[in-house]
Amino acid sequence: MAQLNSAIPPGPLADKWNTHKANLKLVNPVNKRKYKVIVVGAGLAGASVAATMAELGYKVDCVVFHDSPRRAHSIAAQGGINAAKNYQNDGDCVYRLFYDTVKGGDYRSREANVHRLAEVSVNIIDQCVAQGVPFAREYGGLLDNCSFGGAQVSRTFYVRGQTGQQLLLGAYSALSKMIGSGGVVMHNNCEMLELVLVDGQAKGIVVRDLISGEVTRHAGDAVVLATGGYGNVFHLSTYARNSNGTAAWRAYKKGACFANPCYTQIHPTCIPVSGDYQSKLTLMSESLRNDGRIWVPKKAEDCGKDPSTILEEDRDYYLERIYPSFGNLAPRDVSSRAAKRMCDEGRGVGPTKLGVYLDCGDAINRLGADKVRARYGNLFDIYKEITDESAYETPMRIFPAVHYTMGGLWVDYNLMSNIPGLFVLGEANFSDHGANRLGASALMQGLADGYFVVPYTIANYLATQKPGSAPSADDAVFKEAAAKVDETTQRLLNTKGKETGSYFHKRLGKIMWDHCGLARTKEGLEEALKIIPELREEFWANVHVSGSADSLNQALEKAGRVADFLELGELMCRDALTREESCGSHFREEYQYPDGECKRDDENYAHVAAWEYQGEGNTPKRNVEDLTYETVKMSVRSYK
Amino acid sequence: MVADTSSTKNISVTLRVWRQNGPSVEGKFVDYKATDLNPNMSFLEMLDVVNDEIERKGEEPIAFAHDCREGICGTCSLVIDGKPHGPHEGVASCQTYVRSFKDGDVIVVEPYRAKPFPVQKDLITDRAAFDQIQQAGGFVSVRTGSACDANAIPIPKEDADLAMDAAACIGCGACVAACKNASAMLFVGAKVSQYALLPQGQPERDKRVLNMVAKMDELGFGNCTNQYECSAACPKTISHDFIARMNSDYLKASFRSAFTAKSSV
Repeated sequence: MAQLNSAIPPGPLADKWNTHKANLKLVNPVNKRKYKVIVVGAGLAGASVAATMAELGYKVDCVVFHDSPRRAHSIAAQGGINAAKNYQNDGDCVYRLFYDTVKGGDYRSREANVHRLAEVSVNIIDQCVAQGVPFAREYGGLLDNCSFGGAQVSRTFYVRGQTGQQLLLGAYSALSKMIGSGGVVMHNNCEMLELVLVDGQAKGIVVRDLISGEVTRHAGDAVVLATGGYGNVFHLSTYARNSNGTAAWRAYKKGACFANPCYTQIHPTCIPVSGDYQSKLTLMSESLRNDGRIWVPKKAEDCGKDPSTILEEDRDYYLERIYPSFGNLAPRDVSSRAAKRMCDEGRGVGPTKLGVYLDCGDAINRLGADKVRARYGNLFDIYKEITDESAYETPMRIFPAVHYTMGGLWVDYNLMSNIPGLFVLGEANFSDHGANRLGASALMQGLADGYFVVPYTIANYLATQKPGSAPSADDAVFKEAAAKVDETTQRLLNTKGKETGSYFHKRLGKIMWDHCGLARTKEGLEEALKIIPELREEFWANVHVSGSADSLNQALEKAGRVADFLELGELMCRDALTREESCGSHFREEYQYPDGECKRDDENYAHVAAWEYQGEGNTPKRNVEDLTYETVKMSVRSYK
Repeated sequence: MVADTSSTKNISVTLRVWRQNGPSVEGKFVDYKATDLNPNMSFLEMLDVVNDEIERKGEEPIAFAHDCREGICGTCSLVIDGKPHGPHEGVASCQTYVRSFKDGDVIVVEPYRAKPFPVQKDLITDRAAFDQIQQAGGFVSVRTGSACDANAIPIPKEDADLAMDAAACIGCGACVAACKNASAMLFVGAKVSQYALLPQGQPERDKRVLNMVAKMDELGFGNCTNQYECSAACPKTISHDFIARMNSDYLKASFRSAFTAKSSV
């Protein structure tokens, strides 16, 4: 059975991180170069940790399935990054950012981790500015801020609508410097397909080169996974097409616990689905909610009308009505569910009736089209390209879509999983966002983990390992892992069925959206737990993968990822079924207040569910880490 | 999820696609019919649909690079009817929609054709050369944790905005593909200018431009033709003014390097 020791340091909350840093073991500078750390992924978390570890003098191997580390999906984050700088003098502070994040996560995150996140948030902005990230500025030359959902202060730093791009390119530039100087050995186009354990500790990985098809073994002293989230299990999402859960899933099957897999963020402001052929959904940044107002017609019969003909008094600005203190800046889970309720009432708009208006008309009248263009021009352009409609003339139509996964591999305070030597960062871990993530917090967490947390905490582990004691990639255990990769590849190629990987992905996505999406029920989840294994069986009997193992083969890559999603999807449903409460993004219809808000059960469910693999065909074990709140008082989360 | 039923008429086209099984084998064009296409479909979604049919026939699907499908990751890299990223200015291949084409069109789809970007398979090219240029100097050397307060150095909004105009580059390589000299000067000029416009970029300003240009030359990218096909093809409409900025910086840095202390080289 997995040991879940959260390793939260003793002492008052605000002192924990500093005290912990002072007590962590160190690796002396001469010994650092004797340790090799393998980093998987090169998004915000991966690139920042790889660069920082190399600066410190460790040998770093960085593996990424993209053709360049600059392509990681962190690049697509539009809105911004939170930091408790209080540059606006509006009463922000570390405690407030911490509190907002804990409350935003509906009291299902780990208090100590979140406080540390808020503490280091200020260092991140300093670091990024020093790297040459061109943040938005005021005319006086100082940094500008805006507000994001779930906060009543302006603490979000941004770079037009391309904040993720610029922060990633900052981390990529730091990584590039270290690749150029030989500190990091970069392996582009390589997908991790196995984690290798030696004496129960993570000591290496097996990867497939996606260009040549060659399977290679890599050994080191520790493994860092920064492989992002698994939202593509839903097929349609705002994730990049190639984002996948494979690395995390292979680690799970080697014994790493998977925590709270059912916590999935469904973002309220995405462009609605337009056809069966659709491959992905596109987000319209939450920053639009600073100036945009969300509404549906009061009367269902008005829903088909041209919105400009619907009078002000016939519009229901439902977020402002239901949540007067936060209004259009209500958190994502709350806003998404409210949109669904409006559509369920028959007041949705657009051809499918699955949409609500995001209307910047007031802002255009108040500020002028030019000012709105300067703030959101790129978003309006994206909207126009996709829908062929101008949001300057008619309100945008938006609908919730899968956007982020708060669940992920279980980690302790040091961001080490229950497998010693396996560290998990960014979206791939579970610890900071609880059951719902606030806007502009993902970029903050990715960079906090990579720049300012793991470079300290990993030394605490490495110091327990003898310098130069890393295994050889030629050891039997590595060869066995590589053989396992070959075996799975051959199984996919030799099934020679009739349907493509995409076909099964779409079917799985529909099951997940219907039964494990915005609203969940016992019956629906039980149904999903029956039909997902059937679908998986059908996949292995009838999937067709053309091409060969020893060349660039996108059909093979896709099928391998779908095979893992077919297992992960089942675990998500199992987690959702066993969490008999509603909290944050996890909404069980059986557990709600009369006004439709989440009904938490703190007595029975104030814990992390960390699932442990028990072998193929066996039900995984549900381990529990209790969440103890030393500082924050758990209360009903209200944005009214 | 339920689909929109668009009122506009569906169309059918012929795709003339470059197929090449690997870097060292010969390639050729192959025609594929794409029928009954919803005009709101993206160009890449059309390729998905065509690929699905190809796969069902037991053949190998068309390999093409793609990822975010929202015009920001820079992975997609199609040449559509002779134009990198297709008919529209300021958008990437993934943001090109079927509504840009007419029923019955024959659409030619090719990979980038530039010596420093060899074809790996079908429509996928190897753009690792861009990473190498970045590694030669595309950074500010700032060790993690050593930065001063973010507001310690005010930066005029105009400078920050212009730096962002340059930094918006997505590294897709369309500028190289569009240039008859396969010049990378728009890509390099944008990166050099971003840092040159910011106070943080000053200490390494000369070294950066000299090293990045040297690496660009070494990797076989050609010189600027001054015809600005690069800007015209750029999905982020990066201005060729940044090439002029780089040239100016390069010239100054070349002179100054003659007087640089030997110990700093």
